[in-house]
Amino acid sequence: MMSEWVVPVLWLLPLPPLLAFGAIVLFANRSNRLSHSLAIGAAGLSWLGSMLVFWRAVTTEHLAEHPFGGWVLWLPTGETWLTVGVQMDALGAVTLFFVAWTVLMIFIYSVGYHNFGAKRGVDDRAGLPPHGALVKGVDGHKHHVPSLEPMYARFFALISLFAFAMYLLVVSDNLLTLFVGWEVMGLCSYLLIGFWYGKPSARAAAVKAFLTTRVGDMFLLLGMAILYSLTGTLRFADILGNASVLAALAGQVSPVLGLSWAGLIGLLLFLGVVGKSAQFPLHVWLPDAMEGPTPVSAMIHAATMVSAGVYLAARFFPLLSAGWQPGMALTPTMMVMAVIGAGTALFAATIALAQDDIKRVLAYSTISQLGYMIAALGIGAYAAAVFHLVTHAFFKALLFLGSGSVIHGMEHGALHTGEHEDVQNMHKMGGLRKKMPVTFVTFLLGGLSLAGAPLLTAGFWSKDEILSGALNGGFVVVFVVLALAALLTAFYTARQITLTFLGTPRSKAAEHAHESRWEMTLPLGVLAVFAVSAGWAGIPETFPGLGGLIPNWFGEFVGGHALEHEVSHSPVPLLTSLLVSLGGLLLGWLVYRRQVAGAADPLAKTLGPVYSLLKNKYYIDEFYAWLLIRPARWLSETLVADWMDRRVLDGILHGLGRFGIWLGEVLRRWFDLPVVNGAGDGVGRGARWLGMVLSPLQNGHEQTYMLTAVIGVVTAGVAFILLVVF
Amino acid sequence: MNALQIIFLVVAAVTLASAGFVAGARRTMHAALWLVLTLLGVAILLATLQAGFFAVVQVLVYIGAIAILILFAVMLTRGLTEEQGAVHHRWWWLAALAAGGVFAVALVILNRWPGFQVLLEELPREAEAMTDWGLALVDPMRYLIPFEVASVLLLAAMVAAIYLAMSRPGGQS
Amino acid sequence: MIPLGWYLIFAAALFAVGLFTALTRKNAIGILIGVEMMLNAVIVNLLAFWHYWVQQAGVPQLDGLTFAAIVFVVAAAETSVGLALIISAYRRLHTAVANDMDLLKG
Repeated sequence: MMSEWVVPVLWLLPLPPLLAFGAIVLFANRSNRLSHSLAIGAAGLSWLGSMLVFWRAVTTEHLAEHPFGGWVLWLPTGETWLTVGVQMDALGAVTLFFVAWTVLMIFIYSVGYHNFGAKRGVDDRAGLPPHGALVKGVDGHKHHVPSLEPMYARFFALISLFAFAMYLLVVSDNLLTLFVGWEVMGLCSYLLIGFWYGKPSARAAAVKAFLTTRVGDMFLLLGMAILYSLTGTLRFADILGNASVLAALAGQVSPVLGLSWAGLIGLLLFLGVVGKSAQFPLHVWLPDAMEGPTPVSAMIHAATMVSAGVYLAARFFPLLSAGWQPGMALTPTMMVMAVIGAGTALFAATIALAQDDIKRVLAYSTISQLGYMIAALGIGAYAAAVFHLVTHAFFKALLFLGSGSVIHGMEHGALHTGEHEDVQNMHKMGGLRKKMPVTFVTFLLGGLSLAGAPLLTAGFWSKDEILSGALNGGFVVVFVVLALAALLTAFYTARQITLTFLGTPRSKAAEHAHESRWEMTLPLGVLAVFAVSAGWAGIPETFPGLGGLIPNWFGEFVGGHALEHEVSHSPVPLLTSLLVSLGGLLLGWLVYRRQVAGAADPLAKTLGPVYSLLKNKYYIDEFYAWLLIRPARWLSETLVADWMDRRVLDGILHGLGRFGIWLGEVLRRWFDLPVVNGAGDGVGRGARWLGMVLSPLQNGHEQTYMLTAVIGVVTAGVAFILLVVF
Repeated sequence: MNALQIIFLVVAAVTLASAGFVAGARRTMHAALWLVLTLLGVAILLATLQAGFFAVVQVLVYIGAIAILILFAVMLTRGLTEEQGAVHHRWWWLAALAAGGVFAVALVILNRWPGFQVLLEELPREAEAMTDWGLALVDPMRYLIPFEVASVLLLAAMVAAIYLAMSRPGGQS
Repeated sequence: MIPLGWYLIFAAALFAVGLFTALTRKNAIGILIGVEMMLNAVIVNLLAFWHYWVQQAGVPQLDGLTFAAIVFVVAAAETSVGLALIISAYRRLHTAVANDMDLLKG
C-alpha cells in the first residue's frame, strides 16, 4: 500500500486537541496565554495532519474502492468483536477539510472575541459575560472598554475537547467510535452553551439542547443496536461497502410498520440526525443555543456539531437508500427525509424572516440550510448534499463569526456611550459598513454565498446542484419548496445585511462601533476566501458557458461511488436559482433600505398576524412547553412535591377533616368542570396513594435507590419468566 | 458422588455460611473478618475449576490486599456512630425479598438451559494457557486495548485514592 | 466431575447474599463488602463458564480469563477509591453511616 505513512497521521489526528484539553484543565488554566497557545497549537497540529491526509486522499486513485485506514479489535462480544479504527474516504476527506479549517479559524477568532490582553473588569464574575472595564484613555478621559473573559482558559479547554470529538467522529471507521465522538460533542455543546452559567437563560438553553438532542441520540443508539445484532459489525466498510449485506438488510421485512430492516435502521439513524442537525420537530434547541459565546455558535452551528448529523446521514446514505435506484419511487425512509428536510428548509426560512436578533436569524438560517442537505439526501442527490455541507460550513461559520464581530463592535460602542442597548438587535444597528469595513466585506461575501448569489459564490453552485437534482429526479414538489425557501433565504439575508451594515446608524452604540481586532478579522478573511471559492470545485460540466472550464472535481471525487443520476443540466433550475437569489436579495434591500430608528419592521405591516406567528416561531416552544414540560413540572412540583409531600403527608398529620377541605378546594379549583368532577375523586385518591408509596423513595439515600432498582430487575425477571418461559 | 463433589459441597457450604455471617454480623469488623473466610472459600472453588492462576490471584489480591484494606478502613473510621443501634436498615426484609428474588429468577432462567446439567470434566494441563494468554493480552488484535484500559483505570484509581484520602494541611478537619 | 449448575447456584447464592449485604448494612464499608462479594460471585461465574467453554470447544479459550482479570482489576480499583472516599467523607462528616451522607439530597 502506498499510504502507509498517512495511516499513523490519521490515527493521531484527534489526539492533539484532547491532550490540549487535558493540559489546560490540569496545568495551564492559570495562564491565559499558555492556555490559548496550547489550544491553538493543538488545533494547528490537527489542521496540518488533516491537510496531509486530505492531500493524500485526493491524490489516491480509486479512493472510493480502497479507502485507507486501519483498525484493531477492542472488545469481544460473544462471536463478534467491537473494533476501533480509522478510515478516510472521499466523504471523510472533504469533511475533514472544512472541519480543520473552520476549527482552526474559530480558535484564533476566540482569542480576539474573549478580549485577550484586555483588562479584567471589576464587576466581572466567572459564569457571566464580561461587563467591561474602566480604563483611562490617552486624553485622560475614563471610559469603558470590553474586558477579559473571566473563564478564558476554561473556554479553550472546552473547545479543544469539542474539536477532539469532531475529529474523532470524522476519522472513525465504525459507528461506535463515531457515536463516542457524537456524544462527547453533545456534552461539550451543553457545557459551552451554558458557558455563562450565571445567566438563567444560558442554563435553560444548555439543558434544552442537551435533552432535545438526547431524544434523537436514543433512537440512534437503538438503530445501532439493531444494526449490530443483525450484522455483527459496526464498521462502515463491512456494512456500507458490502452489497450483499445491504441487499439482505433491504430485502427482509422488520416487524415495525412493514419497513425493511434497512429502512427501519435508516429511520432510527435519521432520527438521531434530526436531533443533532436540528431538523423539525427537534429543532427547538438550536436557536436557544445562541446563548453561548459566538465562537461556540459558529462551532456548533456551522462547522461541527450540526454538520455531524448531516455527515452521518451522508455516511449511511448507502443504507438509507438501500433497495433504491435512481428513477424508482423513493423508499419510505428517503421519503421521510425528503419531506422533513424540505419542510424544515421552508419552515425555518419563514421564521428567520421575522427575527430581530442577528444571531437568531443565522440560527434559523442554519436549520433551513441543513434541511436542504437532508432533503437532497432524501431525493438521492448525494454529491449535491455533501457539496452543500462543505460550502455551508464555510459560509455559515463566516457569518457567525462576522455577526460575533458585529456584536463585539456594538458592545464596544455601547460601553463607550454608556447606552444599554440590546447589542444583538439588528434594528439598533445600521451604517456599520463604514465603521467595520473588513467585517462588512466578509459578511457581505458570506451573505451572498448564503443567498446563492449567482456565479461568484459557493452557495450558488451547491444550491443550484440540489435544485437541479430535485428537478431532474422528478421531485417537483421538493423542487418548488426548496426554491421558495431559497427565495426567502435571499430575502432575509438582504434584510440582515441592509439592517446591519447599510443606511445610517440607528443607535448611539452603532455610531461608536469600531472594527474588531486582527485575531477576529483574519479568520473572517480566510473563511471568506473559502466561502467564495469552495464552490468552484464543483461546477457541473454541463453548465452553460462555465461548465468544463474548471473540471467538476467535487462531483467526481465524492460522487464517484454513489448512485448519482447524471443528466443534462436543464435551464429550469438554473433560471430558478438566478431568479430567486437575485429577486430575494433585491426585494430585501428595497424593503429595508429606508428603515429608520424606532420604526416597526415593514414586514409586520404587510404580513399582519402572520408576522407575529413567525416572530414567535410558530409557537412551537410554547406548544412543547404545554405538551411536555408543563405536565412534567406538574408531576414533579405539584403532584410529588406539593400534593404528596406537603399536602398529603401533612394532611394526614393534621387530620382527615382538613384533608377533606383541602381536597374540596383543590377539586373546585382544578376540576371545576362538572365532567371532570367525578374523575377528580379517583385522581385525588390515586395521587394520595402514589404519594404514600413513592415519597419515601426520594430520600437521598443511595441504598433505597439501589433497592428500588433491584426490585425493578426482579419484577422484570419474573415477568420474563411468566411471559416467555411458561 | 465422588471426592471432588464432596469437597465442593463442603467448601460451598462453609463459604455461603460465612457469607451469611458477613451479612448478619453486628460489627463491621466481624463482617470484614468473615469476608476473609468467604474469599478463601471462593479461592478454593476457583482451584476446583482448574483456574489455578485465579485462585492464587484471589488469595493475593482479594485476601491479601482488598480484605486487609477493608480492615484498615474499618479501624480508621471506628468512631462515634459505629456499633450504635441497628446495623441493618429497618426494611431489611424487603431487601431480603429482593435478593431472594434475584436468586430465584436467576435459578429458574438458568435451569432452563441444557448446559446446566453438564459435568465439568478435568481439563488437560495446557487448557489454562498462560503463555498464550499473556501474549494475547499485549496483542493489538486481541486484548491489548481492554488490557491497557484496565491498567489506566488502576492508575487513575490509585491517584484518585491517594488524592481523596490525603489529609490536606490547613484543610477541613 | 462437578456439574456446572452447582457453580452457578453457588455463584447466584453468593451474589444474592452480597446484594443483601450491600442493600441493608448501614455502614458504608459494609456496603463495599457486599459489593466485593457480588464481584466475587461474578468471577466464579465467569470462570465456571470459561471451564465449560474450554471443555465444549476442546481448545484453550482466553476470553473468559480476560474477562475475569478485568473484573479483578475493576474490583481493586473500586475498593481503593471507595475506601478512600469513605475515609475522606468520614473525616469531613464524622460518620461512616451511608444514610448520614446525603449531601446530594435535593
